[in-house]
Amino acid sequence: MPSRTRLRMSDKSRNWYLIPYTAWIVLFVVAPIALVVYYSLFDIEGKFTFSNYAHFFTPVYLRMTLSSFWYAFLITAFSLLVAYPAAYLLTRTKHKQLWLLLIILPSWINLLLKTYAFLGIFGTYGFVNAVLETVGIGKQQILFTDFSFVFVSVYIFIPFMILPVFNALEKMNPSLIDAARDLGASSWTTFRRVIFPLTISGVKAGCQAVFIPALSLFMITRLIAGNRVITLGTAIEQHFLVTQDWGMGATIAVFLVVVMALIMVLTGNRKKREVQG
Amino acid sequence: MAKAMQAREGSRWRGSNVYLIVVFAILYAPIFYLMLYSFNSGGSMHDFQGFTLEWYKEVFADTRLFIIVLNTLVIALLSSALSTILGVFGALAIQQVRRHRHRNALLALNNVLIVSPDVIIGASFLILFTMIGIKLGFVSVLLAHLAFSVPIVVIMVLPKLEEMSPTWIDAARDLGASRLDVLTKVVLPYIRPGIFAGFFMALTYSLDDFAVTFFVTGNGYSTLAVEIYSRARQGISLSINALSTLIFLFTIVLVIGYYFINKRGNRPPGTEVQR
Repeated sequence: MPSRTRLRMSDKSRNWYLIPYTAWIVLFVVAPIALVVYYSLFDIEGKFTFSNYAHFFTPVYLRMTLSSFWYAFLITAFSLLVAYPAAYLLTRTKHKQLWLLLIILPSWINLLLKTYAFLGIFGTYGFVNAVLETVGIGKQQILFTDFSFVFVSVYIFIPFMILPVFNALEKMNPSLIDAARDLGASSWTTFRRVIFPLTISGVKAGCQAVFIPALSLFMITRLIAGNRVITLGTAIEQHFLVTQDWGMGATIAVFLVVVMALIMVLTGNRKKREVQG
Repeated sequence: MAKAMQAREGSRWRGSNVYLIVVFAILYAPIFYLMLYSFNSGGSMHDFQGFTLEWYKEVFADTRLFIIVLNTLVIALLSSALSTILGVFGALAIQQVRRHRHRNALLALNNVLIVSPDVIIGASFLILFTMIGIKLGFVSVLLAHLAFSVPIVVIMVLPKLEEMSPTWIDAARDLGASRLDVLTKVVLPYIRPGIFAGFFMALTYSLDDFAVTFFVTGNGYSTLAVEIYSRARQGISLSINALSTLIFLFTIVLVIGYYFINKRGNRPPGTEVQR
């Protein structure tokens, strides 16, 4: 078996490509995380302390964390609600790839510009208020409310939700739907018992892609929600760039990293179980 | 009966199309809203008063903005070129690791920067650069973009490497090719579509990034996204609209370019390996 021996030989010979790549990992993946953990153990005067963590578990920060999770949950739920039917209908269209490209295209536009557009649309004299006035409801304060924050975030994240769901739907064997229908299942039952369970991996991937960034948004909160909504991301930005309290900022970052890892592990494990079961 | 079913099919088809069209309308409306008002002589994002190119003139006359656009492009091209090289090395390295545990560990480390929120990447890089003593500005922004683009290139190149049959390498070696020859004449041509796709992805990530740059850019150095953010915080100015129209057109050109490269990459392998 010549190829087997050669494989073993190349295994023994040094893997030179690893050197630059490992350098990248050490410098930009391991070191930054280690530094964040290290900094979270120092207060603003540079003294070693656990007070940042004690501070984090006070009502002020816990309330902020809870509201941050609540907003991220709302954003994820609404994105899924809009994106799932859209992805499903996309798989039924004739020129799938073209439609898909059209869905992705807006996500290539810098999200700051899209957020900025909503400053005009939701503004006091903007398009939405003009419509509301002609309908007879009258002017409303839309900008700087929870509604506008959630709406704009959902708008930004929809393509990221559509993509994985679309891929999961495409992978599904269409004859399974026919089988369910032949066996007398209604459309709703087919969806609930066949289509949705088979595309759950795509839904999970989409929720991951939306929930984690939604926890840490900060430019949308600043531009659209004024300072009404403070997410974990806003707090980190505030501590690092405004109050210069890097220790506290790093503590929140450590918390966010832990949560992120938990989410990844939880969704990952379930996938494994599915394969086994 | 058949007719009734057809009619129902028809109405459902229409209903589903309406839903898709509404989603598309909402996705595109803000972008076109921005573009429309970039021609407004009224000076605000409401009450369209008349057509003007004044804002475009303002954009083209703004030398500061021109320098910032240049900065952005230089950072994007440099960082994606360098990260493509590093990323190809990374993919080759991962592919050569045979032991499952090591390989999965490498892949997990690779993906950390892809799944991390921007704020955390930005904050941790800010700490890193201050610790090492790199002055915030061009170098720090370039390094940050390089760092977060590498895993994307790895992810794009690795499947291509895996898809390549190892017998090709064996054949080349049997025919007397040196290691370098195998790399440059067999492996690299084969994974070229993946390399291009990775480069383009890195380019778009770099052009699109705001949060990471916002953390590691010091005073006096700025990219387009950061500049737009600071201008938008001061309120509406229609030169941003004009600028975003130009960016939108540029993006479309990029997308079309990417589309065609992808299409070329989908040619059956082997037809363009050797020249």
